Amino acid sequence: MKGIIGKKVGMTQVYAENGAVIPVTVLQAGPCVVVDVKTQESNGYSALQLGFGARKVKNVTKPLLGHYKRSGADSNPPAVVREIRMEQDPEVELGSEVKADVFNADEFLDVTGVTKGRGFQGVVKRYNFAGGRYSHGGGWKRRTGSIGQCEFPGRVDKGKKMPGHMGNVRRTIQNLKIVRVVPEDNLVFVKGAVPGPNGGLLVIKSARKKCAEAK
Amino acid sequence: MNILDKINKEQCKQDVTAFNVGDTVKVHTKIIEGTTERIQVFSGVVIAKNGSDVQESFTVRRVSFGQGVERVFPIHSPRVEKIEVIRCGKVRRSKLYYLRDKIGKAAKVKELRTDR
Repeated sequence: MKGIIGKKVGMTQVYAENGAVIPVTVLQAGPCVVVDVKTQESNGYSALQLGFGARKVKNVTKPLLGHYKRSGADSNPPAVVREIRMEQDPEVELGSEVKADVFNADEFLDVTGVTKGRGFQGVVKRYNFAGGRYSHGGGWKRRTGSIGQCEFPGRVDKGKKMPGHMGNVRRTIQNLKIVRVVPEDNLVFVKGAVPGPNGGLLVIKSARKKCAEAK
Repeated sequence: MNILDKINKEQCKQDVTAFNVGDTVKVHTKIIEGTTERIQVFSGVVIAKNGSDVQESFTVRRVSFGQGVERVFPIHSPRVEKIEVIRCGKVRRSKLYYLRDKIGKAAKVKELRTDR
């Protein structure tokens, strides 16, 4: 399991060798500092605690600075800290750097982020309901329609899709193929879209369900 | 946005032939058939240009055997080998979609004369 914290730079397109256009999202992956290492022995589970970004020392709470002290990150504290679960105890030193070069092209990634908030939305936008007809005497346009049956069961089904708040939730997109890695700038190009706005925080992990195809 | 701009600029071809909407052009495209590679030429009138940087593309229209044919080429694609300008056209708009409804002589674009 490989993982890193990053942010979304934005989308663009690149040309494949055969001239095909690939839509890509550019991710700023790292550099991250290893803040803590969780091991089976001392914590009961294996994980890597990574820090990303930068924050002024005066803006970090004393308890957090104390936590950073062990890895030597207290002089240049990270803005965000996330844990990445590992199958085995990671063999890395505290304070070492994790960069985008841990990933290679043609591998697959799972990318987690917070989707753009859309506010309170109706059922057409939120759940792709068809809505009613605008002509031919239609008259219910974008409304929900019937939400149940009759005296039996006499209630609305649990989980019935209705209007409500949309977006601003944590979502993971699985099996995004890496098109290119630029280690100098810590950039990873993945095919397809990623949750959240440009500049949004992402947790990038190697895919759980798909391995790179052997060439 | 700086990083994206850089990525886009890097992919752009440096030596793209300048041409305008209304020009008659020959587009040389690489066709890969299995292992062999050959050049195919498509000539016609540029009726539209879209996008910018790497995403820039243009539409070429020609009438072949009485049937209008349009192809869209991405300017910076590695498949587009060369663009030749045969004739510059005199046009007053950026999209020549009106040519689709014209037949015969009415579908012609007047030549731009610069020597006058």
